Amino acid sequence: MEESVHITIIDREGVPHEVDAPLGIGMNMMELSRSMELPVEGTCGGMAMCASCQMYIESEHDLLERNDDEQAMLDEAWHVQDNSRLGCQIPISEQLEGLVVRIAPE
Amino acid sequence: MIRTDILIIGAGPVGLFTVFEAGLLKLRCHLIDALPQPGGQCSEIYPKKPIYDIPGYPEVLAGELIDKLMEQAAPFKPGFTLGESARTIEEDGEGGYIVTTDRGTVHQAPVVAIAGGLGVFTPRKPPISELIDFEEKGVDYIIRDPEKYRDKKVVISGGGDSALDWTYFLANGVAEHVTMIHRSQSFRAHPDSVQKVMDMSQEGKLDLLLDSEVVGLSGNGRLRQLEIKHRSGEQSSLDTEYWMPLFGLTPKLGPIADWGLEIEKNAIKVDTLDYSTNRPGIYAIGDVNTYEGKLKLILCGFHEGTLMVQSAFKRIYPDKKNVLKYTTVQGVQGFD
Repeated sequence: MEESVHITIIDREGVPHEVDAPLGIGMNMMELSRSMELPVEGTCGGMAMCASCQMYIESEHDLLERNDDEQAMLDEAWHVQDNSRLGCQIPISEQLEGLVVRIAPE
Repeated sequence: MIRTDILIIGAGPVGLFTVFEAGLLKLRCHLIDALPQPGGQCSEIYPKKPIYDIPGYPEVLAGELIDKLMEQAAPFKPGFTLGESARTIEEDGEGGYIVTTDRGTVHQAPVVAIAGGLGVFTPRKPPISELIDFEEKGVDYIIRDPEKYRDKKVVISGGGDSALDWTYFLANGVAEHVTMIHRSQSFRAHPDSVQKVMDMSQEGKLDLLLDSEVVGLSGNGRLRQLEIKHRSGEQSSLDTEYWMPLFGLTPKLGPIADWGLEIEKNAIKVDTLDYSTNRPGIYAIGDVNTYEGKLKLILCGFHEGTLMVQSAFKRIYPDKKNVLKYTTVQGVQGFD
């Protein structure tokens, strides 16, 4: 079994950052982005209550559907698109291999 | 002028616990916070969410933690300046500082501890280009005095508790007419509040526009009209005298960034010996500081505040000897 998955995070300047995200330590996309010192705030600590980790899914991955908390938060956030997700609600898993995300504007 | 030993900027969990640790050394504290209640993010953003990494509490709700910290600080009678944000800091000529808030309240202390978390909570503003032209000319982000809206036409946007609560309140005999606009059909709010607003809408006491959002503003010096985009793609306009976009608060470092403190990555650089900044007598504790190995955890902020007050004591009383006292031996004695 692989110990990490390869993910691309595109920052707000359009620069792609390639990362091998570790599996099995309960990380999510918000935490992964912060660990790379990308400008994702995660103000609410990962509780789907601030939208400061909004990102767009740019690859064809079939992620888990938005839960009610995430949907309600995105209903109040800006720059929301059909492919918007809160990074804190996307756990790092084997299914994310090859994922490409773009950090939403502030 | 409010005088104290340690002026704490930020009344979140770290600021509140510092009151307790300072109190054990017989140092008085006064706290300033931009929010109208103590607790910082714990009270404002997630009071009902559980926290699991507080020692001795396998699980504690954020709001409950704040209640307990207030109880723990109470014997030391902290003072509070709430609903005001620290704006300026000046040296007082005696080795201490004078801190003035945005509402003009003046504080003086030999030691200032910045426990500002991620910063001052400021309203989240929708990305509408002409918004700035109508701020305080019909657009309000915070409702300070509901009487301002008596017999007026008002529109409220948002889907959280604040938007729903104010809609209910203003539509209940205060405003002439209230319209609530929300981008979807679900709300991020207490079900009771949602039900109340739904009921009022059905009774014809307010207009509820769901699946809609405000995308433009117009007027002649004052707000007169909103441009509304509906999910169907259609657009419409609505006459109003006030629009309150209530989309919650977001933290910004704010004026602290201009205080001559060394800033790195939007946080204040400190010496881990005592969490002092580059300005003597000013400390930074909790999420607002940064140093090698920093972890933004409440737990770590408690530790930082505890070490900081030891250093503050030496600064305030350079000739007095301070011996670490255990609460198990001495108990906790507050001020008379």
